[in-house]
Amino acid sequence: MQALSLHALTKTYKNGVQALKGISLEVQPGEFIALLGPNGAGKTTAIGIVTSLVNKTGGQVTVFGYDIDTDIEAAKSCIGLVPQEINFNQFEKVGDIVVNQGGFYGLPRRLARERAEKYLRQLSLWDKRHDMSRTLSGGMKRRLMIARALVHEPKLLILDEPTAGVDIEVRRSMWDFLKKINREGITIILTTHYLEEAENLCQRVAIIDHGEIIVQGRTRDLLEKLHSEIFVLNLREPLRELRPLDGYAVTQVDDTTLEVEVNKSQNINTLFDMLTKNNVQVLSMRNKVNRLEELFVRLVEGKG
Amino acid sequence: MRPSRLRENYIGFQTIVIKEVGRVLRIWIQTLVPPAITMTLYFIIFGSLIGSRVGQLGGFSYMAYIAPGLIMMSVITSSYTNVVSSFFGAKFGRHIEELLVSPLPNYMIVLGYVVGGVVRGLLVGILVTIIALFFTRLHMVHPFVTLSVVILTAVVFSLGGLINAVFAKKFDDVTIVPTFVLTPLTYLGGVFYSINMLPVVWQHIARANPILYMVNAFRYGILGVSDIGIGTAYAIILFFIIGLFSFSLYLLHNGVGLRS
Repeated sequence: MQALSLHALTKTYKNGVQALKGISLEVQPGEFIALLGPNGAGKTTAIGIVTSLVNKTGGQVTVFGYDIDTDIEAAKSCIGLVPQEINFNQFEKVGDIVVNQGGFYGLPRRLARERAEKYLRQLSLWDKRHDMSRTLSGGMKRRLMIARALVHEPKLLILDEPTAGVDIEVRRSMWDFLKKINREGITIILTTHYLEEAENLCQRVAIIDHGEIIVQGRTRDLLEKLHSEIFVLNLREPLRELRPLDGYAVTQVDDTTLEVEVNKSQNINTLFDMLTKNNVQVLSMRNKVNRLEELFVRLVEGKG
Repeated sequence: MRPSRLRENYIGFQTIVIKEVGRVLRIWIQTLVPPAITMTLYFIIFGSLIGSRVGQLGGFSYMAYIAPGLIMMSVITSSYTNVVSSFFGAKFGRHIEELLVSPLPNYMIVLGYVVGGVVRGLLVGILVTIIALFFTRLHMVHPFVTLSVVILTAVVFSLGGLINAVFAKKFDDVTIVPTFVLTPLTYLGGVFYSINMLPVVWQHIARANPILYMVNAFRYGILGVSDIGIGTAYAIILFFIIGLFSFSLYLLHNGVGLRS
């Protein structure tokens, strides 16, 4: 049984915009999958349909075998949602938000309080439990929404841009937390604009564009599809003139920076040999853009 | 439905009620005090100052005659306002999504908000009754009728408030119905006069106003006098409850104003 199955899912809004054009996707229990796509691609619409915040036009959705058309309550019980926008009552206390959400999922008050403590502690918000939620920082608000989504201990956690607008430190700690709960068995679906996030966290990615899934598969397998990568080389000493490097497309950005495109068939050792022969010493090297980002841009722009 | 599901639904309902009643009590200065002040002014101006010159109505002093209507007026306004503002606030702040993504059935969501509205309506009703007792003596001639009518009326207007909130797109929409529909209907609903005082044509027109039946049934419960039959009043109140409840469920089921 799949954790989530989308079959020929369509959504046309009243204004005629066709947000989803029949997407199909299967997520296995325990997976950590990313939904990637540019703004307006249909990611949030798909998530909205699964969590019943958006009415679908056609297709079928099952969550752990429960069809949302016939067994919506059972399906909803399996899902925890961390939405893109802050959607808790800003005039409610942090602890109450989590405890009440437990209540909406049928948890007795005492159990809801215990769970709230567990997740608020894990997300470093326990000290803030008596504070009004509006006083929290942006990162804390995101973490509060994660605690709220976990209080009923769902089997499937859906996060829509969970790290948007949070600083690097908070983002990293959220990644660690998500990895931890995924290891504990929770299936996670993540939409993100940070492709580094998807590459770092997810075993599988699906790329949506214009309401269609244009590619899906294991992150590693998709990255294999990249025919070339551009590396940025920082040089130890300023370079006045660069002689052509046989077979490599090299661009001199400034005195101490080169960009080199390396094809799959080429060897990076050969590149360094050539640079050494030309008395060019490389201080450090990095990818010009994240590899998944490169793939994403090429796919979305139709470059293949 | 399996028993544990029923219990979970009940817990969800209870959670909404705790939240709603907590809200009413937390912001009591906004929810309980204003109607008490307004009704005190009504009692002073219409009851004491003007009422003393009006004489008797239906065999009672004018103050005693209008007291049940004023209590009912405050219950109607408070129950309606409570649900419309709370539900629209949740919609506007998007925390209604906490409920929409949960497995709580729509009827439980509606009932939870309705109970919140009824509780506020009754609390305000009790306050206004206490204030009324400073101005006149009130006997509850038919306690069952009094209590059942006030509760059922609060249910009707709580449901009305919820439907208003579902359709409301901005804060102005929340005040339009109370200002342009509810207040005129309440004033014309026999709070301050007996419809027998109206010309025959206007008596027939007045009978199209559902609030007239609620006010008179409540007055019957307290004073034992009414312009209309109590059976008819109950039938109309129940008709509205069933109609509005069904319509609320339809709206939530289809996600009108809530889901895209």
